[in-house]
Amino acid sequence: MSVELLNFIETVLNGLMSGVMYSLVALGFVLIFKASGVFNFAQGVFALFAALTLVGYQTGQVPFAHLINELFGTNYHNWYASMPNFLAIFLTMVTMIALAWIIERLVLKHLVNQDPIILFMATIGLAFALEGVGDLMWGSDVKVLDVGIPSGGSIWLEEATIGLAAEGSDYYGMYVDVLNIWATVIAVILVVSLALFSQYTKTGRALRAVADDHQAALSVGISLRSIWILVWAISGFIAMVAGIMWGTESGVQFSLSLIALKALPVLILGGFTSIPGAIIGGLLIGVGEKLAEIYIGGYFETGALENWFAYVMALVFLLFRPQGLFGDKIIERV
Amino acid sequence: MIYKETGQYKSSYKSDHAIFPLLQDKIAFSTLMFIAFLIIPFVINSYWEKAILVPFLIFSLAAIGLNILTGYCGQVSLGTGGFMAVGAFSTYKIMTYFPDMNIMIIILISGLITAAVGIIFGLPSLRIKGFYLAVATLASQFFLVWLFNKVPWFYNYSDTGQITVSERTMFGIPVTGAEAPSYATYLFCLVLVVTLSFAAKNLIRSKMGRSWMAIRDMDIAAEIIGVPPLKTKLSAFAISSFYIGVAGALYFAVFLGAIEVTESFDIMTISFPVLFMIIIGGLGSMLGSFLGAAFVVTLPIGLKFLMVDMVGLSAVTAKHFEITIWGLLMIVFLIVEPHGLARLWSIAKEKLRRWPFPY
Repeated sequence: MSVELLNFIETVLNGLMSGVMYSLVALGFVLIFKASGVFNFAQGVFALFAALTLVGYQTGQVPFAHLINELFGTNYHNWYASMPNFLAIFLTMVTMIALAWIIERLVLKHLVNQDPIILFMATIGLAFALEGVGDLMWGSDVKVLDVGIPSGGSIWLEEATIGLAAEGSDYYGMYVDVLNIWATVIAVILVVSLALFSQYTKTGRALRAVADDHQAALSVGISLRSIWILVWAISGFIAMVAGIMWGTESGVQFSLSLIALKALPVLILGGFTSIPGAIIGGLLIGVGEKLAEIYIGGYFETGALENWFAYVMALVFLLFRPQGLFGDKIIERV
Repeated sequence: MIYKETGQYKSSYKSDHAIFPLLQDKIAFSTLMFIAFLIIPFVINSYWEKAILVPFLIFSLAAIGLNILTGYCGQVSLGTGGFMAVGAFSTYKIMTYFPDMNIMIIILISGLITAAVGIIFGLPSLRIKGFYLAVATLASQFFLVWLFNKVPWFYNYSDTGQITVSERTMFGIPVTGAEAPSYATYLFCLVLVVTLSFAAKNLIRSKMGRSWMAIRDMDIAAEIIGVPPLKTKLSAFAISSFYIGVAGALYFAVFLGAIEVTESFDIMTISFPVLFMIIIGGLGSMLGSFLGAAFVVTLPIGLKFLMVDMVGLSAVTAKHFEITIWGLLMIVFLIVEPHGLARLWSIAKEKLRRWPFPY
């Protein structure tokens, strides 16, 4: 194989892997949108908050330490030095479930039957509030997150591919981050278990019923509120997984919440209401972005296409399919 | 009793169609204008100018622009920051190419350029609706900010990527640049805002405004009764962008003086706050645009005063608190009054009309 072809394969492979990361965030959006009709802008901040909480538990930080120290002149920092990973992850999950419950109780319950834009604005407010609380609780410094997922280039793949190039060519093998491979595996497990859950359990069926039609679901005795709590908790859990992955890659800091903005083009590409759409949309965007960066990016001396390329790509798709690739067909009546 | 409308008879169509049909409104508005034009310029100081009045005026203009698009025509847009950047950078480029041109004309031309850009980015709205459109407008935000950040022609190849305003005068008094006196910048913004608000109010009452509202209420039905969707939606995008562009030009030339595009026109600092202004003020209400802008501009100042000066927190912690409270207030407000401050005002008016005999 020629070096160009191998490079192309490597780019596509890396694009697919980073697409998985986008899908992870988009998945949380889709779940909430399907079940409660809320376009949850706070999904990115969910991921940030989950990652902050995880690091906080791991290192035994005292919540609100900065605030307490400033108000009372004390000097609290850590309770304990470290905590096993599984326990920290479990506690973070509990926190995210509690968060979902609080959100349902304090916000969603009061906003039933409002315009979608009002709900959207409310989630922007939620994003601000949660970001502030996260910073107050755990401090705003950049943190290192390590839950034992290996990262760095895969040496095995590099050595396996080095022989594929033609003899005497200057080829060093493919570079693929192990972390991304892990992310892919975890995402696949997540999606499969989610699909099984919604297909074969009673709660899962209730969840799909609510997504289909709120009123009909209510009339057969499904509790809308408990389903909403469940859905927000699940997307909180997905946000935690996304937060762990992104946090391991680039550290836990404010910019983590901006991955929500990365997930939006994935959403409009795949359709707001489709879980497979979120996955395939993510993969398409990931590959498109990487290919554009390498093959078109050269023509712009300025670079940094990734800020907007995904959006333009999604936009072009939308011009042909206004409901996204897999979204529900838009039926318009007067 | 206060808002009594009995005894105020209209004897011509003209008086029936007046912007302020009630005497009380006329008096209140004239008093407001009197204070704004003849009293504030004499008592204004630099703090009030820089922290409250000028940003309030500029953001009201941006809010009116977004309200035309979102509140009246029903097209949700998250690209306000990008369009404001177009206004700012047009002003900068025109200033460098035509040093002798009057600043008022420069700003209005910048508005027109933004309107043209708005039409281009409004094209997808013909096919895409609702949240899909909202996300699509984010594309304009990211693309425009990227363009102004990465193409050096726009910032005249300066090393920092910053653009800085040079001094321009109106009637011999500088209104832009560091030397401009407070009253001059204030009055300059005020004149533009008042004129453009009247223009917007009248546009909304015209055929164009009615067709916007028809599209907002139900686009297919509007199309069937003969409202052209292409012309209507694009005109809403154009006029909305014109207002936002002028606001961006003022934001750069009069208010900040020097800007760096990724910081000043970020989605978090411009697009969402302006959207919040029109929602908190009231979608589809002129008064709401002003009330929302006033609320959003003054709230952080109040919060900061409370946190840093009264409680004595450090600036960083206070900032986090500010974000938290800001977010919580947004939620509380949406829960308590989803129709915004303008609705509160109309409830108050209704109460005042009957007061003190409510039955």
